[in-house]
Amino acid sequence: MSFDINKIRSDFPILKRKINGSSFIYFDNAATSQKPNIVIDSISDYYKNYNSNIHRGVHTISQEATDAYENARAKVQKHFNVLNSHEIIFTSGTTHSINLVANGFQDLLCDKDEIIISGLEHHSNIVPWQMMSEKNGAKIKIIPINENGELDMKIYDNILNSRTKLVFVNHVSNALGIINPIKTIIEKAHKVNAAVLIDGAQACAHFKTDLQELNADFYTTSAHKLCGPTGIGMLYGKEKWLKKLPPYQGGGEMISDVTFEKTTYAELPHKFEAGTPNVSGAIAFGVALDYLNGIGFENICEYESSLLKYATEKLKLVPNLKIYGESINKTSVISFNIEGIHAYDIGALLDKFGIAVRTGQHCAQPIMDHFGISGTVRVSLSFYNTKKEIDSLYNSLKQTISMLS
Amino acid sequence: MKIKEIQDEIVEEFSHFEDWKEKYEYLIELGNSIELIDKQNKIDSNLIKGCQSKLWLYAELQNDKIIYTADSEAIITKGIAAILLRVFSNQTAKDILNSDIKYIEAIGLKEHLSPTRANGLVSMIRQIKYYALALNTN
Repeated sequence: MSFDINKIRSDFPILKRKINGSSFIYFDNAATSQKPNIVIDSISDYYKNYNSNIHRGVHTISQEATDAYENARAKVQKHFNVLNSHEIIFTSGTTHSINLVANGFQDLLCDKDEIIISGLEHHSNIVPWQMMSEKNGAKIKIIPINENGELDMKIYDNILNSRTKLVFVNHVSNALGIINPIKTIIEKAHKVNAAVLIDGAQACAHFKTDLQELNADFYTTSAHKLCGPTGIGMLYGKEKWLKKLPPYQGGGEMISDVTFEKTTYAELPHKFEAGTPNVSGAIAFGVALDYLNGIGFENICEYESSLLKYATEKLKLVPNLKIYGESINKTSVISFNIEGIHAYDIGALLDKFGIAVRTGQHCAQPIMDHFGISGTVRVSLSFYNTKKEIDSLYNSLKQTISMLS
Repeated sequence: MKIKEIQDEIVEEFSHFEDWKEKYEYLIELGNSIELIDKQNKIDSNLIKGCQSKLWLYAELQNDKIIYTADSEAIITKGIAAILLRVFSNQTAKDILNSDIKYIEAIGLKEHLSPTRANGLVSMIRQIKYYALALNTN
């Protein structure tokens, strides 16, 4: 299938908006992606035609809703090439998934154990482990980053040992867009029998990941990063691990037998899906994956690489602009500052030109501390962006700088 | 001048601007002319929370009037601070506590009043009023 940018743009109603009289340009895709009509319509279709609670009802629409929900799980399974559908748990998103795993490891680890976290982590990847460590005393070790923003793998080798029980790394860093060498990280962790959780939130919109080939023990993503709705995501876990972890929340769906004396938990995946799930969200998540696969991740990857190259070259023409994290292995994120100008001022004025960028620490204060800066301007691209939009960014940025200097 | 008079004066000034660009150019100009906080008061305990760029605010009493000084890393934030300081600095605590901030809306900067804008304007207004409460001698 050829990559028809005009057709793709017409799928996203929000791209027709005007902001302050200018055409809306959305460069905050790493925060959340925009949604195509087909995803938006699937949510309204669910509520209009077969809204129902799932897994229990004998009536028609309950069965339709159950089928659609489980069909969505099958789509996620297929997309990530997962062996068993019950290894896919629907969660509210990456943060929920990480907390689910951290909560489980709270009981599995003790104060003699260690876990390793990368220095590129988002806040939500750090806090659950600190909370876990407060309860069970397990030590947290960090893989630091070098001046390019890449993980220092020599230090990883040094801190990895037989006490390491768990390693947590994001597939792609949200502040800098750097793709981490997770395959190597996983292989090394497995040599000391440590489990590995990969946060794929920033990766999944840009390329496809085969989870059997990757061999991670846990992998998570949020649907809203890949054209799906907010409030839904997935946690993949190998069956042996999901069986080992205790349930995270109690409630309906996650039980098989309840008396006042004892409760028997339901089988996977329901053990981790307490209460009425986000049915419409899961269905729309499946539709979003269909949409992206329809375009083809090879096409998306190729197009985004050319956009990133173009944007990087164009931004480098701006005097006194410094880009952070210029690794060759990165997705379409450019984090930068202009010397002598605060990122907030740039973001506030670009907004006036109708351009949405992110400014600040990007929930990654440790990374900002590493570079000794209080924040950056982050431009994150998607397959529905165009070179013309990058030209507009360049022109607006030049005007912004002249206003501020 | 009384608070209300200064507010009306600012509203009048902003009414001449044709577009956002002129407005923001003026905001930046105001930011550059702000009465800067003394270096010794530019400390962490005087930082205003809820702002993406660091923003310091200090107040002291001089002849029954409160003198506010501020600074920020970001020039637009400084400009917004300047609009507040011009109104509230050199006024009595009582007048500050009895005043409103409708003029911010009137000059078309209402968007900055949203707590999600991360520019600290809402927190700064709150802090100005807290200082007035604390320094109220009557």
